[in-house]
Amino acid sequence: MNAVTPDSGLHYVEDFTRNKASLPGRQQPWVVALREAAMRRFLAMGFPTRHDEDWKYTSVAPIERGRFLLSSGQPRAVDKPQVDAQALPGVHLLVFVDGHHVPTLSKVDALPAGVSIASLATLLERRRSGIETQFEAAASYPSAFAALNAACMTDGACVHLAKGVRLDAPIHLLFLSVTYGLAAHTRSLVFAEEDSHAVIVEHHAALGTPVYFTNTVTDIVLGRRAQIEHHKLQQESVRAFHIAAITADLAEQSRLISTSFALGAALARTDIVAKLNGEGAECSLDGLYVADSRQHIDHHTRIDHNVPRGTSRELYKGVLDDASRAVFNGKVIVHPDAQRSDAAQTNRNLLLSEHAEIDTKPQLEIWADDVKCCHAATVGQLDAGQIFYLRSRGLDEETARALLTYGFAAEMVQRIEHPELRQRLDGLLRGRLPQQLEAEVLS
Amino acid sequence: MLKIDNLHVRVAGKEILKGLSLEVKAGEVHAIMGPNGAGKSTLGNVLAGREGYEVTQGSVVYEGRDLLELEPEERAAAGVFLAFQYPVEIPGVNNTYFLRTALNAQRRQRGEPELDSMQFLKLVREKLAVLHLKDELLHRAVNEGFSGGEKKRNEIFQLALLEPKLAILDETDSGLDIDALKMVADGVNAMRDPQRAFVVVTHYQRLLDYVVPDRVHVLAHGRIVRSGGPELARELERQGYAWLDAVGQQAGAGP
Repeated sequence: MNAVTPDSGLHYVEDFTRNKASLPGRQQPWVVALREAAMRRFLAMGFPTRHDEDWKYTSVAPIERGRFLLSSGQPRAVDKPQVDAQALPGVHLLVFVDGHHVPTLSKVDALPAGVSIASLATLLERRRSGIETQFEAAASYPSAFAALNAACMTDGACVHLAKGVRLDAPIHLLFLSVTYGLAAHTRSLVFAEEDSHAVIVEHHAALGTPVYFTNTVTDIVLGRRAQIEHHKLQQESVRAFHIAAITADLAEQSRLISTSFALGAALARTDIVAKLNGEGAECSLDGLYVADSRQHIDHHTRIDHNVPRGTSRELYKGVLDDASRAVFNGKVIVHPDAQRSDAAQTNRNLLLSEHAEIDTKPQLEIWADDVKCCHAATVGQLDAGQIFYLRSRGLDEETARALLTYGFAAEMVQRIEHPELRQRLDGLLRGRLPQQLEAEVLS
Repeated sequence: MLKIDNLHVRVAGKEILKGLSLEVKAGEVHAIMGPNGAGKSTLGNVLAGREGYEVTQGSVVYEGRDLLELEPEERAAAGVFLAFQYPVEIPGVNNTYFLRTALNAQRRQRGEPELDSMQFLKLVREKLAVLHLKDELLHRAVNEGFSGGEKKRNEIFQLALLEPKLAILDETDSGLDIDALKMVADGVNAMRDPQRAFVVVTHYQRLLDYVVPDRVHVLAHGRIVRSGGPELARELERQGYAWLDAVGQQAGAGP
C-alpha cells in the first residue's frame, strides 16, 4: 500500500469540490458518479511517493506542493498565428487551450464516412454517447494521477473509426498551455474498429514558459487488424510538470505504433501500457528523450503478451546533458498462455555531461516456454574515435559533438514514416543540440 | 613541405616511434613500408593529431609551421588529410551533409567563402566523374553499413573533395580486392600534382604497382631503417621483412 500522508493531494480534492459544478457532464448522473468515485479513489491512493516502486526515481512532490488549479471556465484567448506555428501541415487539427477544446482554433477537414472526431466535453454532456463503457473498463485506476484525471477531466478528443475506414491525414491533437498555475486534465479516447487505420499526433506544448501541470490520459482500443500510429510529442514549458498515461488494447492482428518524443518540461512522466489481447497482435514502442539543465524525464512502459503469437518491439533512446536525469523502466510480460511471443526491447542512453544521470531498468518476465525475447540497455558517452574522425576532416570539436549527438538520436526520427512529422521532429531535435545543424543532415 | 625530425612517440606509455626522420617535398609520393607493429599507423595518427599519442622528442614541421601545435581540425584546414585504415561509421548523419560541413569548415578556417548546396553538388559531380564513382554512397549515413571497399572509396572521395596538400594514406589498400585497389590507385594518381604530396603507408607492395612512389622507406622498430627508390618496394616483396630483425637488434643496441 502507498504511504499516504494525511493531506496528500488534499488541495486537489478541495479544488475539485469547488469547481465540480462547472465541469462538463454535470447533468449526467453517470458522469457525476464517475467523477466522485474517481476522486474517492484518488484520495485513497494519495500522490505516489518515492517509497512506491514505480516512482522510486521520480518525486512528484512539486506537483503536490504546486497546488495547481482546475481550469473550469473559458480558456484564455490565444492568437491564431501562434497556434498555426505549432500545427502540422495537412492534418485534422484539434486545439485545446489549458485543457479546453477551442473550435475556432481547430480545423477538421471533411472526414471520410465512418470517422468521427469529437470533443470529450461535448460527449460528456450527452445522455448516451457510447463512451460510458470505456470509462467503466478503465475505472480501476492504475495510479492516483489517472484517478485524478477521471475526476477532473475537462476535455480531450474522442476519435471513432468505423470498420474498414482509413484516415490518411493525421489527426493532430494540440494541447497548448498558456496560463500560469493551472492544471489541465485532458482525456482522449481512440476507438479503431476492425481494419481501420489512423495516425494520431498527441502534442503538448506551451506558449511562453509558464508553470503549470498537465495530467493527461489516452486510451486506444484497436479492433481486429486495426492499425494505429500514436505519436506523442511532449514540448511542454521548461518549468511545467507533465504526467501522461497511454493505454492500448490490441485485438487479433492489430498493430500499434507508439512513439514518445519527450523534449520539454521540468518534470515529465509518461506511462505507456500495451496489452496484446488478440493473437498475432503487434506493437512497436519507440521513444526519444532529450534533457538538459535540471530536467527530469521518466518513461515507464509495459507490454503484456496475454495471448500467443504476439510481437513487440521497443527502442528508447535518451540524450542527457547538464544535470538532467532520466528514468526508463520497460516491462515486458509474457503471460503463461502467450506461446510463441516475440519481444525485443532496447534502451540506449548518451550522457553528455558527468552530472547527467539515467536510471534504466529493462524487465522481462516470461511465464511461457516457447518464446523469443531479448532486451538490452546501454549507457555511454560520445566516442573519441568518431570525434577524431570528424575533426580530422576539419570540423571543430563542438560541431563534431553536435553532429554525433544528432546522429545518435536521429534514428528515432528516421523511423517516423509521416514526412511532415518527421521533418518537424528533426527540426526540434536539431534545435536541442548545443550547436545548430542545417536541415539536410538526416541520412 | 613536411619535415619530421627524430620523432619519438609514446602510446599508452609504450614508445612506438623511436627517432623517426622523414622529409617529403611537394609533388612527391613517399611510400612507408614495414611489418606489422613497426609504428606505421602511429605515424599517420600522430600527424593527424589523434589524442593519446604523446610526442616525447623531435619535431614535425609542415609548411614552416610546427604541426604538432595544431588541433586536428586546424591541420585539416592547413591541408593535412589522413585516409583512415579503419574509417569510422557515423550513424544518422548523411554523407553529403558531412562532406559539405567538412569542406565548408575548412574553407571557413582558411578565410575562403563557403559553398552553398548547389555549388557543392556541382563539385561533388565533378569529383565523382574523375573517380568513376557512383553517387549511391552519398545518400547514406557516413560509412554506416558500408563494406570495407566502400569505406575506402569514401576515404578517397573525401580526399578528392577536400583537396589536401599532404595526404597520408594509412593502409588504404588493406582488405581491398583488385578492383577496389585499382580505384584507390586511380584516385590517388588523378590527384597527383606538383603542389601535393602523398605519404602512402602500406604493408604490401601491391598498391605500389599502381601508385609508383618517388621514394620508399622501410619503417621498423620505430624508425626508418632504409630508404630508396621504387625498386626497394620490389626488393621487399621478394625478401619479406625478416631481414629487419637483425637491423632491429642493431638499433636496439644503439645509444
